[in-house]
Amino acid sequence: MNRFDYVRPNTVAEAVQALGADPAARFIAGGTNLIDLMKYDVERPGRLVDITRLPLRDIEERDGGLRIGALVTNATVAYDSAVKERYPLLSSAILAGASAQLRNAASTGGNLLQRTRCYYFYDTATPCNKREPGTGCSAIGGVNRIHAILGASEHCIATHPSDMAVALAALEAVVQVSGPNGDRAIPIAEFHRLPGDDPAKDTNLAPGEIIVAVDLPAKSFTTNFTYLKLRDRLSYAFALVSVAAALELDGQTIRTARLALGGVAHKPWRNTEAEALLQGEPATRETFAAAADLILREAKPQSTNGFKIELARRAIVRGLEQAAAGTPQSQSDKRIQ
Amino acid sequence: MTVQFSPAAGRDRFVGQAISRIDGPAKVTGLAKYAGEFAAPDLTYGVVVSSAVAKGRIARIDAASAEAVPGVVKVITHENRPATSQKPEDYQDAVAPPGAPFQALASDSIVFSGQPVALVVAEDFETARYAASLVRVEYETAAPLTDVAAQAGEAYDPPTKRNGIKPPPEPWGDAAGAFDASEIRVNGRYRMADEHHNPMEPHASTVVVEKDGTYTVYDKIQGVANTQAYLGGAFGLKPEQVRVLNPYLGGGFGSGLRPQYQLFLAMLAAKDLGRSVRVTLTRDQMWSFTYRSEAVQTVSLGADRSGKLQALKHDAVQGTSTYEDYQEVIVNWSGVLYECDNVALTYSLTKLDTPTPGDMRAPGAVTGVYAIETAMDELAYASGQDPVQLRLKNYSEGDQTEDKPFGSKELREAFRQGAEAFGWASRKPEPRSMRESKELVGWGMATGIWESMMMQSSARAVLGADGRLEVGNQTGDIGTGTYTILTQIAADTLGLPLDHVTTKLGDTHLAQAPVAGGSWTAASSGTAVMKACRDIAEQAFRLARGMENSPLANVDFERVVFTNGRIEVAGDPSKSVALTDVMKATGTEKLEATGEAAPDKDFEEKYNAYTHSAVFAEVKIDEELGVVRCTRVVSAIAAGKVLNPKTARSQILGGVVMGIGSALHEESMLDHRIGRFMNHNLGEYHVPVHADIPDIDVIFVDEEDKANPLGVKGLGEIGIVGVAAAISNAVFHATGKRIRHLPITIDKVLGEG
Amino acid sequence: MLIDSGSPGAAGTIGISLTINGERRNIQVAPWTTLLDLLRERLDLTGTKKGCDHGQCGACTVLVDGTRINSCLTLAVMKDGAEITTVEGLASLAAREGKNSLHPIQEAFVEHDAFQCGYCTPGQLCSSVGLMNEGHAHSRDEIREAMSGNICRCGAYTNIVDAIEDVMQQGGAR
Repeated sequence: MNRFDYVRPNTVAEAVQALGADPAARFIAGGTNLIDLMKYDVERPGRLVDITRLPLRDIEERDGGLRIGALVTNATVAYDSAVKERYPLLSSAILAGASAQLRNAASTGGNLLQRTRCYYFYDTATPCNKREPGTGCSAIGGVNRIHAILGASEHCIATHPSDMAVALAALEAVVQVSGPNGDRAIPIAEFHRLPGDDPAKDTNLAPGEIIVAVDLPAKSFTTNFTYLKLRDRLSYAFALVSVAAALELDGQTIRTARLALGGVAHKPWRNTEAEALLQGEPATRETFAAAADLILREAKPQSTNGFKIELARRAIVRGLEQAAAGTPQSQSDKRIQ
Repeated sequence: MTVQFSPAAGRDRFVGQAISRIDGPAKVTGLAKYAGEFAAPDLTYGVVVSSAVAKGRIARIDAASAEAVPGVVKVITHENRPATSQKPEDYQDAVAPPGAPFQALASDSIVFSGQPVALVVAEDFETARYAASLVRVEYETAAPLTDVAAQAGEAYDPPTKRNGIKPPPEPWGDAAGAFDASEIRVNGRYRMADEHHNPMEPHASTVVVEKDGTYTVYDKIQGVANTQAYLGGAFGLKPEQVRVLNPYLGGGFGSGLRPQYQLFLAMLAAKDLGRSVRVTLTRDQMWSFTYRSEAVQTVSLGADRSGKLQALKHDAVQGTSTYEDYQEVIVNWSGVLYECDNVALTYSLTKLDTPTPGDMRAPGAVTGVYAIETAMDELAYASGQDPVQLRLKNYSEGDQTEDKPFGSKELREAFRQGAEAFGWASRKPEPRSMRESKELVGWGMATGIWESMMMQSSARAVLGADGRLEVGNQTGDIGTGTYTILTQIAADTLGLPLDHVTTKLGDTHLAQAPVAGGSWTAASSGTAVMKACRDIAEQAFRLARGMENSPLANVDFERVVFTNGRIEVAGDPSKSVALTDVMKATGTEKLEATGEAAPDKDFEEKYNAYTHSAVFAEVKIDEELGVVRCTRVVSAIAAGKVLNPKTARSQILGGVVMGIGSALHEESMLDHRIGRFMNHNLGEYHVPVHADIPDIDVIFVDEEDKANPLGVKGLGEIGIVGVAAAISNAVFHATGKRIRHLPITIDKVLGEG
Repeated sequence: MLIDSGSPGAAGTIGISLTINGERRNIQVAPWTTLLDLLRERLDLTGTKKGCDHGQCGACTVLVDGTRINSCLTLAVMKDGAEITTVEGLASLAAREGKNSLHPIQEAFVEHDAFQCGYCTPGQLCSSVGLMNEGHAHSRDEIREAMSGNICRCGAYTNIVDAIEDVMQQGGAR
């Protein structure tokens, strides 16, 4: 871990000022990923701006939805009574991720900004375009069973590891940010980006911007939803594939569908075309399979992760089945509904 | 045979009882200290810089920026490293395989990825870690070879056999001919992933420089004598110059059998600087030495229509390093487990650019038994036999590999009790025939086997005038319960309450004992402690009988019992004397004795000794999604006498859990292009977590064994053996798909198998 | 600004105040010192273990203001003012509540043989207390899931769940 300067501001304005235009400065909140990366010398910040004392710890009503302060911990969100009641999909997704200890420390904003778990990104002994632009992608042709099947580029095949963000994508959350040029709102779909030829950049946050809140729109899915996560052990592992599915049904007809995938791309993967295809259709396996096919039409396997395409196809179908049946996946009963 | 611990008491008060761990309070309060936790006033911290490449040489190493950091004491590299012994044999520890052991910083040559290339020593940990990140290394790289399957064609018979590892027996009968002639044939190639031990405590050594120039070394080692001898060889240090301690070990599973490079580096720096040094490896550096290397195996079984074996062939090609011929017993188990007239067992090695593999919990047996027990399951289906019945049909009554009877073998009873507890009788034999809601249910079973061994060991016992006893020897309690069982044995032998006995382990100042491994500690150290205590009992009795008006006058030793801190005439408690009174009346400050235990040569000439298990596993599988859950395991163990059912059960539970890991989760993934294990952390190398582990039923069947006076056979390894095969067989029963490659992950369940 | 440690690269330390196992301490720390390293290397509280140093094993679990977290992923300076309970403090936590020597969960771990080598144990214990404080886990499945951040390589899992269930049935560990 490198040496750094430490600053602890009390207000958002102070925090933005403390970060300044310094590309080597980082905000730190829960620290669960940043300190991890610093110990591997993947992150070497010159300055840490400790934002844990900023007044961003409230969950409040807003425009019929909820505003979650950027510093509210993952555990607090997951167990918040309003969230559990109105956004059980979000609660479930958060509880599918990490461990109780990590969820107690990790913040809402930090969760969105966590970096990929690609082995090569983490290992400074190997080239990685995300870590050191221009050095190449070691995962291509290497150990890549956990890597992306959608939206990857020849420069990077990493995936985004968050579970929470997948639910937020399905819920069409909005990320509120503040920066040197004022405040702005970024729809979750535009928050994370695909690697393209600049994989070092995970998000569309502008330099100096800080996440202050995440807004959940009024539209919530309280009956027909699920978060289904498939991984290499039954807990405390990142997703090979995860599915956030939320439906509104008219009898057996799908009125609204939301579907987002985790573990398959550089960002939570949402395909509105597939959602549109589901709309107005009967909630049947055939319909779900058609949506899955549409989503995976452009999926591309790497040397050892081809199984993820078929796994994603089946997970989408099952996730939609769970949502349609109103039998959301339990995160502690490991029998898959 | 009933073994009696009290010389003539005829009953055991503590042995055989579920006594809670003696070291429990120290462990639950955080007071138990491990190797990297001992302090010294002048302590410095060493952080290792690891090689980024697997093969080649260091072209340039620049430590200037690291050395410039305030607080850095020294950066040691191959360029400035102080001299140590030049003779490779001086680095061969007690359990080293044939070859020239790795020496850290010996030259510019790189022979495995993660090899230490520098040690940064600083006044505090954070400074050392920071400075280590500033060491710049340039390499000339060569293409590494790390794929055991690709290198199988280069396999060779190791010219020097590893001490204590039996090479495969000469073939008997005509296995090839009999196989071809068999009515039923199964033939499979079995693979499993490389696995790393990953004890929870990373490897660490603290070398304390004492005022008189001697060294006190706290080392993560399964036997302190091995460290002391190794330091003697490498650094020319006499035993009296080095005291090695390791009272607690945060898990070993074999990774702590050999002194590892952090010990060498800590001593190198301490000697060089004249200051105390601690070197603790990072979790990712736990992938830079010792592992369970994959063996590519083929098993061919020929049988008649009834399932009786006619031919058995088992071949294994295992990976080793370029510098040592690591060997383990993989194929022999097949010949021990099943009676067959035509058997060929073959084993060879192939060189890989990795660190030398090492013993990992039930080394060889985990690997080999997985293959033979999966093949036997395949034969069960091919011959239409119930898997338990097939094993009974081919049950061996003696060890054919050496033509000797077994000292004891209650495997039949283990099958019976295990099957009953599991409810095996209600199993529907056809694959895919059992279902529960959306899940397929599979029931599978397998046999486990491990060698029962005893090693030359001694133990010292000292009884004080206050009636308190101290016993101990150099072996380590690696979580196995050694402190507890030795205390029980000592207390029973001298009739003392448990809290009057203190057991000390893991210190070279104590009586000689080997590394804790191979499941031999209970038999070896336990016997030595019992003998030492019996010796003290005899001494105390002689003193007591000689006392004025002794109530024991004219009584023989055989007629007294030691109980409640007293020597009393059997059946006549009115005639007794307290041990403390004996000591007081005779002016005795203490009574001392050393007990020696060694393998019983007569027994070993006549018999071969093994422990056995019958493992039954249930899996539930969501076939569409490829998710396998292990939902139930019954492990029935035949392993001689159980000294402490509580700690014994835990040994088996631990083995089963690691076996579940082997079957479903654990896999160190090599990028063969660069010869590097890429998932070198506990987030991506998946060991089972709480959620993966169902309730596990452990049964100990009665088994009388005479290899040692305690009747114990050892429990550390047997719990894991066979578990992976039982689960793999359950997966087949559930799905009808035979997956011959561990771990059974989602991709394999969804794939072609 | 509440605190500013100065220019990057400076080895300047920052004064913080922590209440550790009931004892208030004023400590000078470098900003890069984790709570775990502070406990183990500076305060001789080696009960809290370093198993992976990356939040992937749970051996370093401590209670910060009653909540379980991984102390390896926590900079000490960021917890200025907090109340820390480590395994060494669990017994006194019980004592403060009028209970004898060991905390009930410590007693239950010994009774159920919920450890072997003991290295993950302090983390398992602190995590168990944190779990009971949270109050979300009730069934065995829920306990298993909620304890999954604590790896035990010796495989004492089933005994750990037994111990936690036992204490929960006795009315929790508060």
